[in-house]
Parts: sequence; structure tokens; C-alpha cells
Amino acid sequence: MCRMAAIKSKNPVAPAVVLRMMLAMQEGHDNSGFAMVMQDLGGAFANFKDFPLLSMACTPLGLDRAEEYLEMLGFTPKFDYQPDVDDHPGLDFQKMPIYVFRNYRYPESYVSRPWEEKKKLLVSSCLELRKLLSVGDQGYIYSFWPDVLTLKEVGDPRDIGTYFQMWNENHWLQARVISAQCRQNTNYKIVRYAAHPFFLEGYTLMGNGEDTFFQKNKDYLNGLHPGYIGFESDTQSFLYTLHYVVEQLGWPLNYYKHVITPLTFDELNRHPDAPVLQHIRQSCQNLEINGPNTVVFVLPDNQMGIVADAKKLRPLVIGQQEDLVAVASEVCGVNMAIPDRDYTSDVYPGERETVLINNRLEVQQWLQ
Amino acid sequence: MAPINRPVQEKVDEMQPFQNGSQSAQKTSQPVAITPAIGFQERSYGPLRAGAAGPVYVNKTHPTDFPWKIEWNAETCIRCGSCVAACTFGAIEPHLMRQGQTVSVGNFPTPVTDTHVVMAIRQVPDSKLACRGCTMCERVCPTDSIHPVLNEQHRFPLVARRGGTPVKRGGRAHHIPVRALDYIKVGRISQMTDPALDAARHTFDLLTPLGRNLPARELPFKVENGKLVMQGQTPPMQWIYPVMIGDMSIGALSWRMWEALALAVAYLNEQCSMPVRMNSGEGGMPKRLLTSEYLKYFIIQIASGHFGWNRIIKAMPQMVTDPAGILIKIGQGAKPGDGGLLPSQKVAPHIQAIRGVPQADLLSPPNHQGLYSIEESVQKMFLSMNAAFKFRVPVAIKVAASSTSVSVYNNLIRDPYHIVGGFFMDGIQGGTGAAHEVSMDHTGHPILSKLRDCYLAAVEQGKQGQIPLFVGGGFGDSGDLAADAFKAICLGASGVFSAKIFLQLAGCVGNEKGRCNACNTGKCPVGICTQDPRLVSRLDVDAVAQNIVDYFLAMDSELKKLMAPIGNSSLPIGRSDALISMNKSIADRLQIAYAC
Repeated sequence: MCRMAAIKSKNPVAPAVVLRMMLAMQEGHDNSGFAMVMQDLGGAFANFKDFPLLSMACTPLGLDRAEEYLEMLGFTPKFDYQPDVDDHPGLDFQKMPIYVFRNYRYPESYVSRPWEEKKKLLVSSCLELRKLLSVGDQGYIYSFWPDVLTLKEVGDPRDIGTYFQMWNENHWLQARVISAQCRQNTNYKIVRYAAHPFFLEGYTLMGNGEDTFFQKNKDYLNGLHPGYIGFESDTQSFLYTLHYVVEQLGWPLNYYKHVITPLTFDELNRHPDAPVLQHIRQSCQNLEINGPNTVVFVLPDNQMGIVADAKKLRPLVIGQQEDLVAVASEVCGVNMAIPDRDYTSDVYPGERETVLINNRLEVQQWLQ
Repeated sequence: MAPINRPVQEKVDEMQPFQNGSQSAQKTSQPVAITPAIGFQERSYGPLRAGAAGPVYVNKTHPTDFPWKIEWNAETCIRCGSCVAACTFGAIEPHLMRQGQTVSVGNFPTPVTDTHVVMAIRQVPDSKLACRGCTMCERVCPTDSIHPVLNEQHRFPLVARRGGTPVKRGGRAHHIPVRALDYIKVGRISQMTDPALDAARHTFDLLTPLGRNLPARELPFKVENGKLVMQGQTPPMQWIYPVMIGDMSIGALSWRMWEALALAVAYLNEQCSMPVRMNSGEGGMPKRLLTSEYLKYFIIQIASGHFGWNRIIKAMPQMVTDPAGILIKIGQGAKPGDGGLLPSQKVAPHIQAIRGVPQADLLSPPNHQGLYSIEESVQKMFLSMNAAFKFRVPVAIKVAASSTSVSVYNNLIRDPYHIVGGFFMDGIQGGTGAAHEVSMDHTGHPILSKLRDCYLAAVEQGKQGQIPLFVGGGFGDSGDLAADAFKAICLGASGVFSAKIFLQLAGCVGNEKGRCNACNTGKCPVGICTQDPRLVSRLDVDAVAQNIVDYFLAMDSELKKLMAPIGNSSLPIGRSDALISMNKSIADRLQIAYAC
């Protein structure tokens, strides 16, 4: 089973906090990897929020290909951060030759274009880069998006933290929103693309559990968007469904829960919104997840959401204080982030709830 | 001392049966003279006496030519005549025979040979009256003295066609070499990766959609104040139980059997909250039912003969509710390419009334008149049937599975008018009330591969679920309809329709090995497929309805027992990863995992 930790803070925080949360929950994962998406960045990238940030791990050949492709499209480098690393022997960590965290300027022809067009360009560029890097296994691209940084590594989270010096509270990486996950590998090979959180067009998502309708979800999602690819992990289907419901269909967020874990027919027929929900249930029958899951997601506007499966078979707890909300699979994880909080205000999302943490750090609970 | 009667079999002689008039009652010590035949004789009487003079006609039809031979025990038989009375096919008859006996009548053992005339039971050597193996004689015999035995060495196909008439029968196809469903198991079990559910305590949604399902992006939604609001109409949709009762007409079935099915369906809906739907078959429905609230549990079929539709249309103004659906029947799996066939012997007065026809063989054409292409069928039949019920009732179509099924489904799934509410496919193992044997045994297509092909074709286009796939043809043949249905659902079916098993629950003894399958004769020995009031009275309507309800209730629990271990509370339509096959070829063909 995976363990998840997420932070939403008024002030930028270093990844050390999520690493500590993860170590506290170590009994629930197997130290086989660590993945993290940081949004609303501070630290080294604070001044480049509007410039697409490329997060990539690759070989020199992969870097050449990526640079050549982005240059061809007209992207020009704006800011490049080469992290200081602590590469002492004995680290249990499969490091890549090159890590790229680089802001780019948009191609000149795109500078004054609307955001919708820029989004399309970034998504298509990211997909093409993934294709280019996959030839000969020359590296991985995780995100190419403004104000979003992604790191996915295979190895012991402690050693990954050591290598990137992430135990330092004043680290160069700082963000107001961090989603992180350590995985216990079960169904899938340990590959970087199988590690969540996943990111697509501003949406970030990680999940804990097993999507028993993965095959159905995958069969249906495949054709709905060019970015719905990979499926190295069943959790990707949760992200793509979120993206489909909110971004493509334009439905309000609370209907996401109705899509992935629809009410039973008995409940549904008593619901005041029954006609709409019946239509959603029948039209989205291939997007139901029907398994034990807890899902944590971040929307393009940096609000964080949490939904659990309808059977409430995967735990999650939300602890809060004035300037910080911490989300973890286990209470001990939250304790590492906010040890002195009011425990009575902890929220355990129910099987029929959507929890939304808005940018004022208000924790809202919506009943399905 | 009373004489000791002990039959001496070697002294058996032959006599004419009763029906041959006065001659039959006469006792004679001479063998009956047999006229040498020219060509083949259809009727002869038993084995010639050993040592009798005259030629032996080996080409005469003989019970040993038939698939079923009657074994009768003269010693235990009490000559009550129940077997002969019960046999609707006239396959056995009583006759008299002279029996030699050695008795002792004096004070000392002094064996004396004597002869008596005794009554015996024997099989009639007429291919038209051949035993069907229905076991009615065995069931009614109070002393277990008679039963049919399968004769694997029979020559029936050779003798049955004498006279130049093709063989017809009912039932199902024989000689299907592989039942693929038996090679498929539910192999993906929730073990630690995710918890299995509790079949007894968890809530399961065992419902499936029937009707045209719009993709989410085409739903007429508008966002108002953070809520979705419906704007405009969507095609009619019903959530029904995933196992429905397949199409069997009043006519093919006795009115009482049809009534028992209808009773069971009404009970399941009204008392058990199971929205099971029943298909009317091509033969209309009673007006009282058409104009009742219970109509909502029925899918009305329109087939190429349009039988019963005059009455249905006339009843429409008095209908108080809509039917569950309309099914346009193009073909059926048991006899693809043929229309319906109701032999005249089953067209009793009440059938004539409901169908509006005189007594005659009722042969539906092989195709709907005026339909020459899929496009036309969509425009003409779908549109007109949708319009007839003011677009409130799902209209689906049923075809026989065929190599062309995917093309048909692909054409329908485009459905720009949103009027195709379901695609029903019937496989070669489906049943029929009457068909040519050559059609039943040698035409048709197994259902599973076509189901999978159609589902995957929809997946390729991102249209799975838009036109629900329902499949039939052999589901429940094993007796485990829940398992068969579940596997089909995982392969992509929205549900299954089944028919034969419900007749078997009513007492039908027919099977795939050739037992009975005499549905076309009007002589159904259990009163299911006959319109003869004497035979229909053998059917206990309430008991049959009870059996069917009980089976559905058990099946419902069994479906949950299959869903729980894979961790699903909703129907796993298309969840092929839950299945494995222990046959590599089947696994490859259906694109599921091979396991050994």
C-alpha cells in the first residue's frame, strides 16, 4: 500500500516536512521510491512563476533531444537551477545522470496568445518530449508547466532526501502546495512513470489503493484526450477522470465524486438531484472506480481536494492549524507536520464526502 | 400346491397388436406371415421368432435405428398402462404375446410346458413415432420397469428423412464441441491488494442499463449556480436486472407456461425488488396484460411476421403504462437466416385469436419486408417504433451472432438519431420452438467471441456502453446461469437473456444430447410447448412460477458471490481482467489472461 502526504500552506515550506511525514508512516510503504509535485513555488523559482518549468530526469542524449525540440518550437531558457547534491557512497538510490529544473520563455508567437492556447502548446510539447525521451530509454519528463516542479525517484526516500539535500529546511525548493507519495510496490514494476502524484494540464493527483475498474477506466479514457496515456499505474485513471470531468466537461468539482463513486440506486433515487445524477451514472459508468481508494488532488488554482472510495476502505486524515493544512494516510504522518494542533478538528473524509481545502486554508466538507 | 409360473424366454412368440382388429385377439401357434417388402418398410413388428421360416428384412425400420431405445422389464411390470398413456409421442404401445411357461401342477414335480397370452410393452418402430427419450414413461411407472436408453449407435438421420421431408425439431443445437464458458474462471481475486467484499452484508448494485446511453459530453447539462441542470431530453433508459427472460412467444409456449413466466416476473418485481424483464416473443400478448400496469415489466417483440401486432396496436390507446422496451427481431441464434416457425399443430384456436390468423404453419419471413440495409433499419424500424411510443420506450434490435456482427454493431453504434437502445445477439447454442435440424446443428456462430469482438470494436471507438450489448444462446446450459452471465458481463455484455433454463425449471427435460427437443410437435410431454389442453394441464403454473422465482433469488445471491471476491459492488461490465482462461486458444481469442 502507498502512503501519501500533502501540505497546503500559506507560506512556502521545504520538502523536508513531507519527508518527515513519510518516514513516520514507513511501516506502510517499502522505501522503494519517492515522488513529489510542488506547486505555488517559493525558493529558487519564486520569481519565475509565469514561465513553464520543465521537470525532467534524463541522459545527456535525452537532454540534447529535449533542448533541440524545445528550441525548434521556439522556447528559450529563462532560468535553470542545477541543484547541489550530496553524492556520498552507499546511498540506496537509482539516480539519473542529469536532473533538469528549468524555466522557459514561451515562443515569441505565443507570448500574447490566450492561456487556453498556451495550455495546449504545453501539453502537446510535454507529450512529444515524452515520446522523444522514450526512444532508447533516454529519460523521463514529469511536468512542463508554470509554477509546478516534479521529482520522481526510485530508492530509499531518506537517501533521496540526502542526495538532493532536502532535509535542509531552507532548501532551494520551497512551495505552498506539496503532494508526495512513497510507494509499496505491488502490481507494477518500479518505474518512474508509475509513481504518483501524476500531473496533467494543471491537475495533480495521487491515490492510495487499488482501482478494481482500472481495465474499464483505461479502455474508456484512452480515447478521450491525447494526454490520457501511460496507464503505468491505475491511479492515472483517477487523474484523467478528474481532468475529464472538470476540464473537458466543465462540470462543477462536486460531480467528480458522483462520477467515480456514484451513489447506490437506492440513495440516488432519493437524492434531490436524482435526474441529473441518474444521467451521470449511466453516461459515466465506465469511469466508476469501485475499489478501495483515497485520492488527493490539486486543481489548477492550487486548491486541494480529497475523496475516498464509496466503501471507505482506505484511510486519510487532515490536520490543520492557522497557516498550514497537512494531509496524510496516517495520523502519525500529520503529527510530524503539525504536532501541536487541535486534534479534535482533524477531519477523516467519509465515503460520501469531497473535502476541499481552498486557498484560505478553509477545509470544506461536501456531502455527495 | 399353486403352480409355479416362471417365464421361459426362449419360447416367446409374436402376436399382432390390439389395434389390428379381430385378428389380434386370436391365438395362433404359427408365426404371422410377412409379405416381402419392396423397398423399405416403415413399420414392422419386433424380432422375428427364432427359427421362423421366411426372409429377414434387415432394412426395415427398427427401434435400434432410433436415438433412444426403450428397456422394459417384463418381470416387474404390473401392466398398469401408465407409460403408454403418458407417452405423447406414441413411441411405445401395448401388445400381446404368447409366453411359454414351465409349470408343475401335480403333487410331485412334474414339469409341464404351457403357454399363456400376456400383455407386453414394446417400442413402435416408426421413425415418425420414435422415442424422444423424454423419460415420461419412467417417471410415471410405479415399479421402475421401463426407461429410455440412449442409443449411441443409432441410424436415425438416415431413416428420419424417408419420404423426402427434412428433419425438423425444437430445442437447441446438438454436437457443440466446446462450451467456452466452462474454460473461463474468475481469476482475479482481491487478496491483500484490495479487500474482497462481503457478499452477504455489502450493498450491491445489480442493475444494468437498457436504452441509448449518451456520452457525457452530449448530455444536455447546463451549469447554474454551481449545479448541473438538465436542459432538454435524453433517450429513454431503464436500469434493469442483468439477466432477462428471453423471447418465447405464446404459441411456441403453451399459454400456461407463458403465464407462469409472467407471474414469476411480476412477483420478482413487485415482491423482491428485482427489476427482471421478460420478452414477449413474436406472438403478441394478452390484451388484459397489455392494458395492465404489469406491461412495464415486458419487452414487446416485433419480428418479421408481425404476429400479434394488430392486437398490440389496437390496445395502445388503452395502455396505462409503457412497456419496458421494444425488441426488433431480425434473427435468432438457433436458426440464423430463418424467420419464426410455428407448426400448424400448435396453432390452436386461442393462438389463432391472439395472432389473428387461421390454422396453418406460421412461417415468419427470414427478413423484415422492406428492410434491405442497416441504415434503412435504423431509419424505418427504429424510428417508427420509437415514434409509436413517443420516444419514451427503448427500442433494441436482436440478431443472430454471425461473422458480420461487428459490422452491424459498428453501423448501429454511429446512431446519429440516438434511437438504438440495445443490441441483442443470440448465439448458436440458443433454443427454438421449431426449426430445421440442419439449421440448428450446422448454422450459427458461438456467442462469446462475437460479444468480445463487438465490445472491443466499441472500445476502439470510445463508445462502449452507448448501445448496451445483451447476449444469449446457451447461457445457463450448465445450470449455473449466474456464472455464465457474470463471465459474459466481464467480457463486455451489459446483460444476458436466457430462455431454455426457465423451461427446464418448469420441467422441460430437453438437453443438448438429443433428449426430447420435440417442441415443434405440439406433443410436449410436460405441457410447456404445446397447445393441447390435456398436455398443458400437466403444468402446475404456480409451482413453475415459484421455481423460477426461487432460481432468480438464488442466482442473485450467486452473482453477489462472484462480485464480492473481485471487490466490485457494481456490475463489472467489460472488466475482462477479472477473467482467466485455462485454454490458451480461448484466452487469446477473447483477449483475456491464459492461466494454467
